[in-house]
Amino acid sequence: MTCLTQHSAITRLSYGGRERKVLSQDATLSEVFAGAAADASALGFVLSQLPEKDAPILWVQDRVTRLESGVPYLHGMSNVTLIQISVSRAQDALWALEEGLRSSALRAVVGEIWGDPKALSFTATKRLAMRAEASGVPCWLVRRAAAANLSAARDRWRLNSLPSAPNPHDSHAPGDARWQADLFRTRRGKPTQWVATHERATDRVYLSAASVDQQMATGDGAHRQRAAR
Amino acid sequence: MERTGNAPPDDIPVALVTEGTHGPVIHDVNRAARLAGIAPGARVTDMRSLCPNLQIEYADIAGDRVTLQKLMLWARRWCPWTTTDGENGLVMDTTGSDHLWGGETEMLRDIEAKLALLGLDAQLALAHTWGAAWALARFGGVRQISRPETLGHDLASLPVESLRLNSETCLLLSRLGLKTVGALSAVPRTSLARRFARAKPDGNPLHRLDQINGHLPEPVSSPSDLPRFEVQANLPEPIQDPSPYLPDLCQAMCTRLADQGYGCRSLILTVFRTDGEISQLSVRTSTPNRDADHLQKLFGDRLERINPGFGFDLISLEAGDVTLIDTVQTTLDGTAEEALALPRLIDRLTARLGPRAVTRPQIFESHVPERAQGQLAALADIPPQSAKIRNTRPITLLPTPEEVKVLYAVPEGPPVQFTWRKQTLRITRYAGPERIAPEWWHDRPNARLRDYFRIEVQDGRRIWLYREGLHGDGRGGDPRWFIHGFFA
Repeated sequence: MTCLTQHSAITRLSYGGRERKVLSQDATLSEVFAGAAADASALGFVLSQLPEKDAPILWVQDRVTRLESGVPYLHGMSNVTLIQISVSRAQDALWALEEGLRSSALRAVVGEIWGDPKALSFTATKRLAMRAEASGVPCWLVRRAAAANLSAARDRWRLNSLPSAPNPHDSHAPGDARWQADLFRTRRGKPTQWVATHERATDRVYLSAASVDQQMATGDGAHRQRAAR
Repeated sequence: MERTGNAPPDDIPVALVTEGTHGPVIHDVNRAARLAGIAPGARVTDMRSLCPNLQIEYADIAGDRVTLQKLMLWARRWCPWTTTDGENGLVMDTTGSDHLWGGETEMLRDIEAKLALLGLDAQLALAHTWGAAWALARFGGVRQISRPETLGHDLASLPVESLRLNSETCLLLSRLGLKTVGALSAVPRTSLARRFARAKPDGNPLHRLDQINGHLPEPVSSPSDLPRFEVQANLPEPIQDPSPYLPDLCQAMCTRLADQGYGCRSLILTVFRTDGEISQLSVRTSTPNRDADHLQKLFGDRLERINPGFGFDLISLEAGDVTLIDTVQTTLDGTAEEALALPRLIDRLTARLGPRAVTRPQIFESHVPERAQGQLAALADIPPQSAKIRNTRPITLLPTPEEVKVLYAVPEGPPVQFTWRKQTLRITRYAGPERIAPEWWHDRPNARLRDYFRIEVQDGRRIWLYREGLHGDGRGGDPRWFIHGFFA
């Protein structure tokens, strides 16, 4: 049942010809499409992909995102300092992202933008991508309620929550989080699907190929319902 | 000192109070309250029984201190050396400046009149030492002036409290029967020296007597005023747009700041219009700064907001919040620049988006989730983190918890099915409850406790759900269920 332990390439996976701990260590623009508004798996995945650096993250949110999916909560993240920017228009959010990418004093720049605003055009994403590559600060765009239109993002992901791993201490409680990570467009390798498991105790994310996890991915967790009363 | 603004009439007893360990205590009183027998340091409840129509106001001690600092600088109009004396006094060294005001009597009269115009009533006295002036101002006559030759006579009838002694020593002296300064002066010097050999200055009457009589020095050390930095551009004829002049003004300002080793945290651009109006624009920075390029960029497109009217012919740039800063030397690998990069980024973001949009989340000591994280303006100085990160908390938190409609409740644990945002969600797994009680020192009295559950719904999303209240806790009807956050 627990597929991850049966799988061989768990802790390190081969991607783009080289072995690396996180998938996109080169600073660039990546886009993550969250499956649902109230699905924080995309944020968990983005945080796991950021480089280790003692610097704050610039976190830009627009108004709708703030209301629909909430604001970042430091107690749920580990070792993170934030500079949080709350704007109401997508233009301002994009300007703040670009301004953040000008300076090299940040660990990363994360933007949460709701829907498909006109300002988020191909040109805007191209500017972000080039700035990120020039400054060496990774930029992640988290998109919700959005269509995967034309974009210059080097990697484009689709993230969904999966029923969590069994909890070793309590069979009725949710265990380590699992996500369906679908890299559907990339400049650096082949589009692939993974199942990511976030181990809470060590705060590490293990990835395994999704093919062996099909059975679990399709299930909706009904078989793990609470004991019949 | 404390009665600035709209002071109450003199015949109403008013007391300023502060929070003590056992309820509010009197901090200071006005004249009517003093006559009614209200003493500073007593508890408000006791004094209310003494004087039922006593009016209570909370004291703003920090504000008073700031006001006193300002007043100290303002008082330099009479003499160049002034400093604050305790919480409610000013000392001015008027040596050699009294003749400018027509003599000492006229000067005191002028000081009292000018302070009255500010809404302050003052007790003034003039003597040749700090201690003597202190005693006469508080316990002597109105605007009393004491000469060195008559000082012994002037002070003889004053109580020993006028010697700036602490309360234990005053009590001790009154128990010894020494109630006035005159009685204390009559005691032989050797006896006093033997009795108070090891006392600190504020517990040593002999030390204080020597200071009053000028045998021990007590100079007025006057803090220096912060320099004012302002540069101006006088234009030959009125213009509408200040931007061509801004680079030169910023450069001139930063050169002047650098010459004296200062940096500023705000810049105020003022244009003086031809129709006599002025219009202003200000920018703030997160750290003291004297980099012309950076400061000029902060004005950026905000210059459009300045209202030029029919044109202006004088532009002035003023630095605010100036502080001494060190020159940072750039190392060969450019690390000094890195340290400056973050404050500059915050400045640029704040200049465009406003200080409320750019914040830094901070962790605070609280069990209530929304209070455990607060937002500080990124421009402000960040206090060191002391609170601890809690485990098993969601990665995002909704600004306001959203209520769910329970479809299928069970007696224990979270509901099996509920509707939220028009979707029916079925709980497949859950962990909890984690009970978080209301904080009685913050919350309203009928706040209900919360039982938090980490739940997982059928499509795998992990949600933080809580029940507000319990059945029959006497604080409202049936408990309600809310969604508060989302786990990754």
